[in-house]
Order: sequence, then structure tokens, then C-alpha cells
Amino acid sequence: MAENYVGKRVKRTEDPRLIQGLAHYVDDIKLPDTLHAVFLRSIYAHARIKSVDTSAAAKVPGVVAVYTGKDVSAKIGPVPCAGALPDLKTPDHRVLATNKVYFVGHPIAVVVAENRYAAKDAADLIQVDYEELPVALDEEKATQPGSPVIHEQFGTNVAYKLTAGEGDIEAALKSADKVIKQRILNQRLAPIAMEPRGVLVRYYPGEQELTMWTSTQIPHLARTQIALMLGFPENKFRLIAPEVGGGFGSKLNVYAEEALLGWIAMQLNRPVKWIESRRENIQATIHGRGQTGYLEIGYKKDGTITGLRYNVFADLGSYFQLLTPAIPTLTGLMLSGCYKIPAIQINVTGVFTNKMATDAYRGAGRPEATYVVERALDLVAADMGKDPVEVRRKNFPAPSEFPFKTATGLFYDSGNYEGALKKALDISGYHKLRDEQAKARKEGRLIGIGVSTYVEICALGPSQAMPAGGWESATVRIEPTGKVTVLTGASPHGQGQETSFAQLAADQLGVHINDVTVIHGDTSIVQYGIGTFGSRATAVGGTAVWYAIEKLKEKANKIAHHLLEAGEGKVTFKDGKFSVEAPKVKAASVPEPVLPAAGMAPGASLPDPEPHGKHVSLQDVALAAHLAKSLPQDMEPGLSATYFFEPKNFTFPFGTHIAVVEIDRETGEIHFQRYVAVDDCGKVINPMLVDGQVQGGIVQALGQALFEEVVYDDQGQLVSGTLMDYAVPRASNIPWMELDRTETPTDVNPMGVKGVGEAGTIGATPAIVAAVVDALSPLGVRHLDMPIKPETVWRIIGKNKTGAA
Amino acid sequence: MIPTQFEYVAAKSLDEALSLLGKHKDDAKLLAGGHSLIPAMKLRLAQPQVLIDISRIKDLSYIREEKGQVRIGSMTTHYQIESSDLLRRICPLLPETATHLGDVQVRNKGTIGGSLAHSDPAADWPAAVLALDAEIVVAGPKGERAIKADKFFVDLLTTALEQGEILREVRFNTPQGTVGQSYVKVRHPASGFAVVGVAVNLSVNGGKCQSAGVGITGVAPKAYRASGVEKALQGNALDAKTLSVAAAHASDGVDANTDLFASGEYRRHLAEVYTRRALGTAVSRAK
Ligand SMILES: Cc1cc2nc3c(=O)[nH]c(=O)nc-3n(C[C@H](O)[C@H](O)[C@H](O)COP(=O)(O)OP(=O)(O)OC[C@H]3O[C@@H](n4cnc5c(N)ncnc54)[C@H](O)[C@@H]3O)c2cc1C
Repeated sequence: MAENYVGKRVKRTEDPRLIQGLAHYVDDIKLPDTLHAVFLRSIYAHARIKSVDTSAAAKVPGVVAVYTGKDVSAKIGPVPCAGALPDLKTPDHRVLATNKVYFVGHPIAVVVAENRYAAKDAADLIQVDYEELPVALDEEKATQPGSPVIHEQFGTNVAYKLTAGEGDIEAALKSADKVIKQRILNQRLAPIAMEPRGVLVRYYPGEQELTMWTSTQIPHLARTQIALMLGFPENKFRLIAPEVGGGFGSKLNVYAEEALLGWIAMQLNRPVKWIESRRENIQATIHGRGQTGYLEIGYKKDGTITGLRYNVFADLGSYFQLLTPAIPTLTGLMLSGCYKIPAIQINVTGVFTNKMATDAYRGAGRPEATYVVERALDLVAADMGKDPVEVRRKNFPAPSEFPFKTATGLFYDSGNYEGALKKALDISGYHKLRDEQAKARKEGRLIGIGVSTYVEICALGPSQAMPAGGWESATVRIEPTGKVTVLTGASPHGQGQETSFAQLAADQLGVHINDVTVIHGDTSIVQYGIGTFGSRATAVGGTAVWYAIEKLKEKANKIAHHLLEAGEGKVTFKDGKFSVEAPKVKAASVPEPVLPAAGMAPGASLPDPEPHGKHVSLQDVALAAHLAKSLPQDMEPGLSATYFFEPKNFTFPFGTHIAVVEIDRETGEIHFQRYVAVDDCGKVINPMLVDGQVQGGIVQALGQALFEEVVYDDQGQLVSGTLMDYAVPRASNIPWMELDRTETPTDVNPMGVKGVGEAGTIGATPAIVAAVVDALSPLGVRHLDMPIKPETVWRIIGKNKTGAA
Repeated sequence: MIPTQFEYVAAKSLDEALSLLGKHKDDAKLLAGGHSLIPAMKLRLAQPQVLIDISRIKDLSYIREEKGQVRIGSMTTHYQIESSDLLRRICPLLPETATHLGDVQVRNKGTIGGSLAHSDPAADWPAAVLALDAEIVVAGPKGERAIKADKFFVDLLTTALEQGEILREVRFNTPQGTVGQSYVKVRHPASGFAVVGVAVNLSVNGGKCQSAGVGITGVAPKAYRASGVEKALQGNALDAKTLSVAAAHASDGVDANTDLFASGEYRRHLAEVYTRRALGTAVSRAK
């Protein structure tokens, strides 16, 4: 296959429409006669609803309907949760609260009006009589006797307990020369997609056709689930994810508002739209992380790790969203990091709290695990007085040890951890940095170098390991004019697969990239698919495209063979042309194209037609396939192929991140000096897209390390409820990133791609924390909780005034 | 943005705005750049019934120097101040302050008058006008009055403006002689407003401080003049020692704010450090 596009920094074909404001997000789609919905949400974290009086709201001019939990709870099924765990206590999660509210932001009623203004005015007039109840907020305290219980029917706030891991952990820790313990926090974060959620629904009663535009990462799965909630036939239900302005996992979900709007549209026979406000987004779109854990790591005098145990309390929030209880299990799976650890145990306690549900946020359980392991290795290194790099090296599996089995039950496909580490050390000039650091320390400066070597689990995943299928689908069609249409079941929303899949198809078919269109997100156009999350869209969805094209080429080859009357001759395909290798056949009667051939864009770089020998172009074949006048016997007309790709394993990308910071001794402020990342995501289709994914991930990791935290006060009020309080990193906070790669292909798919969507959030957080801790290590600091704020650092320095200065 | 219903009137002159304000009284709000008012209306924290837009009144937008005084119309935008060649020459403190303020959009729309009238405890302009010992000129039904900056900021989101009055102009004496100015700011990681913002306006003679104006924002419920700092500088040689002794008075007598990012104690500390740094920069520029 010619690599005209794959591996090149092809500019994103998505961008012109995005940067010119020409893209269509849910709110850009306008239907005549649309009604607008506004939700009334709980102002308390935990309260009994004694009554809801909507009479004043209903009288507001322009209001068409007001619905409360009583009106809808029996009519719409529960909000689904796909996380199946043994003995899981699953609360009945209805679209509106009826008897009790469980968190600030819990929807109680919805007003539907001719415009958003009237709807909001009316929502302000709804009277809710609450009886406040005591709250359970802290995932540890909520498990203790005497804590208020959120779901009375369970008699406890513990939703589940789970133990996983292999090896005799007790013996492993006993055999260690030393065991280090550390309490580790992974604070709650808000995903903050730039586009909040939004839903628009239209119902045609005559055709009984329900169409929903919703900002989602999983159009097909959402359609299935919402169809079930509504008791509506899935095959008459079209769900469209139009342009989606980021998700980061928060739209890998099925939300109450979506189903409720579907129901309302059918009640009123008019389109209904709801656009989430930023306040609602921070209150009532899923949060991520939220784990408090206790780490024990045992090691031998030479630095060999003998075992790792992690007892963790996972803050699940008050209800389950799609994957809520499952996220901490991913933490358990990845606790081996990129190290040989013979015995690992995780004990998860999933805990209900009076907060919004946690669920998948970029990394989804893996950043938590990586943070735990990387902190653990740093603690061992500090304890031994060794360079953190040496301790890591000591415990790496060698490239020859792959597939590598972990004590968490995974088989890592391929890896060369030393390779990525070495490259990052070289780029950063690590040893020189350490010398400079030593010098700076003598001058009283606080410089820190943090290293994280991570591995992550991507390309989710084999269906056996997934709640709702882990495959992905693709249909590839050559239209009569020779244009190529790719339908992918993955639903990219910013990652750039419209470009990278087109690169792939263009190379495989030998056509110009402008002649390929990638379509996704519409359940009526695209065959069933799973979606974009878990760094899977390219590794699984791209592979489906790859196989579909191979399948299509087989058919095209047969048609070409027929058209070329190749007889015994072998037909080969190269650069968009089928040619006969044996030139002995009689002249081919290629049908004259009656439609214009594929428009080649200016500058297209296809080679000149072969000077001799007979050939037909892909366009000729496509036309012949559709005219169907001269096809091999018994061959179906048309030229398209569909492939559902089921991966046989996950993939395990890895890399090394190095952060260098200097701390302002006087104020505790943290300034980046360097940031180096070497990521290995297997084969790279578009280096620019990979860089973009890594950069974005690092920024969000930096947010967790230094800025972000969803804070509820002791009454359960959300005090970080606006972007004036919840600090996402800004351009000015972000260091220059020196990015590079190693390329270790996987054998899980024929292209060798692994996935990179979450690598940054997984690899960077521990590197940044380690850098700050390292800077403060002369003051005896071994660990700090995130987000590390300047004030915390200032207090530490203050306490140590007599220290190193 | 889903505010409550309101009427909108664009005033063509200051007189028209004053008479509209007289007519609608508490039901009305003046609309300048809208970058404090609209966010409050969007959250329904402000629910005015009438908006009187004064941002289109041409006579309220100007920057000029007359008879030894700098005069800035209240509807002058942050960006107009940031990009004013005149100010860069005779009072660089103001353009420098503007560069720290919000983002490009905010600077293109927001006005100095709107900011001062709003008196956000973490806004940047109050620090600068305090350091310049400016006067705030307000027009009302009974005519005009001028209020000293340090009397203008009364409390959290509260100024000396009275019902029916409109902030018309900011004016101050053109800095004379050898002048050193600076504005430094610790940005709040979420809001971008000042955790601490220190504006310094020094006039120097023979290495000694002839006069000092120091305004501090972000630390207390309202921006204030750090008179303890100013006193410690007055008449003294501007060496490192003097600056740090002076900076130690940065938050004398104020009740420091606490939020998720910084406690009152830490804010006071930052106020001291950044006052010292701002003074250092101002001294280095006094040439
Ligand atoms: C994203 C964002 C970031 C920001 N960052 C910063 C920052 O870093 N630093 C900073 O200082 N500010 C910041 N601001 C606020 C910004 O500077 C505002 O523009 C300013 O505070 C208000 O000016 P305005 O012209 O927009 O006034 P408006 O919002 O129109 O009015 C503010 C208030 O003052 C009243 N008012 C306006 N003009 C007059 C007048 N002439 N007489 C009497 N009353 C009047 C109005 O009725 C209203 O109550 C930010 C704002 C936003 C939206």
C-alpha cells in the first residue's frame, strides 16, 4: 500500500468548518415550532420532597407543560447502568426525583415553553417544599456506622465491595525488606467539555418516527438504551450525534434529560430542545476520579518490588450513570503499571455520597492507577535514596518478555519501556538536569524533576471484557462516480478521525484524500457501532475500516479481472489501478464511463498511468459495479463492504513523561521549566493528531495535578460550581511541551495502532506531582495531595524556614 | 444567557441617560461594556427591568491631557487604554494594568467606568486609580461632583455613587518628574481576577522617594490605598531594605478575603511579596 497520507501530518479536514463557526452542534440545529425545556434542580444535597407546586409556573404565558417526577416516573424506565458487579446495590434512578433528592442539581421538574425565557421564568416559580436531611459526603466517613444513609432500602452507603488481583499479597509484603504505606487521593474532577450537553427531539406521529440530536459519544448505544427507557421501537428511532464539542467521557453516557425530552416530544407532538447551562454542566454532568485509597508497597533492598496492595474507597455519588461502579475496577486492572509486580491486590469499596455520580473521565480509572503506582515507585526511590529512574528500570519487563502477564490478570501486548524512557532521558538531558538541580539546591533554589513511566490500557476492547460489545464497525462504499464513502460506527467528537480514516482509506484505495468522506454519528445512516471512548476509535474503529476496505478490494479485484478479461492472468492493485500482470490477453473492453470520473483535486499526486500493459482504475470498476452490465457471473452489483472488527485483546500504549519545575520560595508558586513526553502508541497514522491528543491530555493532567477540584462544602453545596471557581488550566499555565515518540506496533490489529486519546492524562499527572515533590524533597517532603496549590507549598516552606535555605 | 425580561434603551447623551435614570430609578441599571452586569443577569443575580445603555455616548469615551491633568471618559474601553500612545508615554501604569485585565474580548468591551462603578473586590482598575490618587467625576441630577478614589470605594461592590448618578470621568494629575510605575498581579487560576494586584506610582528625586501611591486589590472586600507602605517610602532612599520594610505594611488593618484558592493569611503574605516586587519594578523603571 502506498503511504501517501498515512504517517503524514495531514491537516484536519474538520477544522475549516470548526474554526469558521460553520459546524452544527445541537444548538445550531433549528426546527420550526420548537419548544424549549428548562429544568428545576435541587438546591439541597439530601432532602425529602414534601410537595412540588407547579401551579404558578403553569400560568406563565408561553408555558406549554410542566412535568414532575410524579408525572413521568412510571412512564419512563430507569436511567441505565451497564456496570455489572457481583452483589451490586443499584438504586432505582428515575429521570426526575419524586420523593427524595440526592444531590445539588438533581432534577425535580421540567418546564416546557415556547422559548427558554418563559421556561426559565416559570421554573423560578415552582415551589418545592423540602425537608432537609443530613448528608453523607466523604467516601470514607459514609461507610462508617452512624453516617446518614442515602438509600434507606440498602441500609448502608456501601454499593459494593470487590477484591481483585493475583499472587499471595500477604506473603509478598512479608517477604519484602520494607513496606511503605501512603494515603493517596484522586480528587473529584469535572470534565468540562467546551460544549455542554444538549438535546433536540422531533416526533412525527404519522410516521411514528422519533429523531433525537444529542451531544453524545455513543449514538448507537444511547439509542438502544433510550429506546428501552421509552419503550419505543429502536428501528423507528433515529439518534444523531451532530458536531460534538468534546466529551472526555462525560458524554459516554445516557442521561435522564435525553430520555425525558424524547418522552415530552411524543406527548406534545412538537420538537423540544434543551441546552445545558455551564452551571448545570458542573452540577449534573458526570464527574470523574474521586478516590481515597491506602497504598502498601513492599520492596527488596535492591529495589525489586515484591507486592502492592491498594485499599480504595471510590466516591460513586448518589446514583449510577452508565459506568459508575465499573470505573474503579479499571483502576484495579492497571495497578501493575509498567512493572513486574508478582503480587497485587485491590480492595475497592464503592460508596454512595450526596453528590453527582462519578463515571468515565478521560483515562477513566487508569489515571488513578497510574498515579498510585508511580507515586509508589517514587516513594520507594526516595526511601532508598535512589534515583527514581533506577528503581523503575529495575522493575521493567524486558521487550522479550511480551506478551507480559500482570498480577492483575492482563496480557500486555507489546512494549519497550526502556526505549521510551531512554529517549525521554536523552531529550531532557536528564543527567545534566540532575547536576543543575544539585547546583541550584546549593543556592537555595527549589527545582524539581518528576519522571513518570506509564502504561495504559486502550482499544477497549474485546467484547468479553465490555458491558455492551467491544467491537467496532465500518462500511466502505465506492460510489458510481468513484468517490469513497466511509461509514464508521465510532463516533469521533474532536479527535480527528474524519481525517485519519480518510488518510487510511485514501492510501489503501490509491485515491486522493479529498475523494474520501467519513460519516459518523447518525444511526439511520451508519450501521450499528459502539462509539468513541477508551482510546478505541482508531485501534478498533480504524481497523474495521481497514478490513472493510480489504474486503471491498477483493470484490473490486474480481470485477477488474472480469473487465480486463484477464483469464489466467493475475490482477494486482496499485495506486488506484488494477492491472494484469500477464500481458497476453486480448484487449480489454472497458466500458466508457458515462458519469464523470472522480474529480481529482488540484495537486493530486497520483503517478502517471502505466505506459504499457492493461489496467482499469478503481473508478472504472466502481462504475461497472453500479451499471452492472458486465459483471462476473453471480456477482452482486454495487461496490461496498461492511466489517465488524472484534479485537482479540486490548492494546497497551506506554511512555515516559518528565516535568521540571521551579518553585518560588517566597510564594510557593510553581513554574514549569521543561516538559518532555515520549509516548508510544504503536503505529502513527497522523503525527499531528497524536501530538494534539497528547497535548490536550497533558493539559488536563496538569489541571488535576495543580488546579482542579470539585468541592462540596459540609452541607453538600457545590462551591466550585462555576468557571469562576473551578480552575481549568489556561494557555498561560501550560508549559512548552517537547513531544516525541517511539513506535512499538501491536499485533492486536493489522495496522499496529494502539490508541492515544488518554495517554496524556494518564502519564502526566504523576510526573507533575513528582516534580513538585522532588523540588520540596530537601525539606523532607515525600508526597503531596492534588491539586497542589501554591498556598500548600508556601506553608511547607514556611514550616521549614530553618531547613535547606 | 436567560435573564429575566428587560427593556433596553440606548441613551444618546449623558443628559438623556440621567433623565432616564431619574425616571426609572431602582428599576434601571446602566449598561456599559456589560462584562460584569450581563454575567450577573445571566445568573439572575441582577434582574433590572430597564437597561440604559451608555456605552454608545461618544462624549464619554476619550483619553486626553489638559492643563496638567489626564482625563479619561468613563466609557473608554480597557483596550483603548491599553493601546493609548499618550498614556504609554505619560502614565504607563494604566496600559500595563489593562494588559492584565481579562482577555481580549473583555478588554474590547469592558470600560474603566463600568469597572470602577461595579467595584469588584478583585478588579484591576481600582488599584491603579488609587495609586494615581485619581478623582472620580460623577454627574447627577444636581450637577457634578468629584470624589477622591480612596473615598469612592466604600465596601464590597459598593461605591460612593448615589442613586441617579453616573460616573463620567476619571482624572488625575499628570505624573511629573522622574516617575516609576508598575502593576503586578497574581491571577486567580479560575476567574483570572486578582488574588492580589498591586499598582505603584512613585516619583523619585535624587534616589529618594518624593511621593508614593500604592493601590492594592484582591486582598480585601474593596481595593485600598496602602498608606502604611506609602508612608514608609516617603522621603526615603529607595533601596532594597526600604522596599521590604515598606512592603511589610501592605495589608495593615485590612480584613483579608478567603476563597478556595487562597486563605486570608496567604493573601496577606502575597500582598507583601508582590508589593515589594511591584515597588522594585517601579524603582527600576524610574529613570
Ligand atoms: C471573562 C471575564 C474576565 C474578566 N476579567 C477581569 C479581570 O481580570 N480584571 C478585572 O478588573 N475585570 C475583569 N472582568 C470584568 C470586566 O473588566 C468588566 O468589564 C468590568 O468589571 C465592568 O465594566 P463594564 O463596562 O463591562 O460594565 P458593566 O458590566 O456594563 O456594568 C457594571 C456595573 O456598573 C454600573 N455602571 C456601568 N457604568 C456606569 C457608570 N458610568 N456610572 C455608574 N454606574 C455604571 C452598571 O450599572 C453595572 O452595575 C472580567 C469580565 C469577564 C466577563
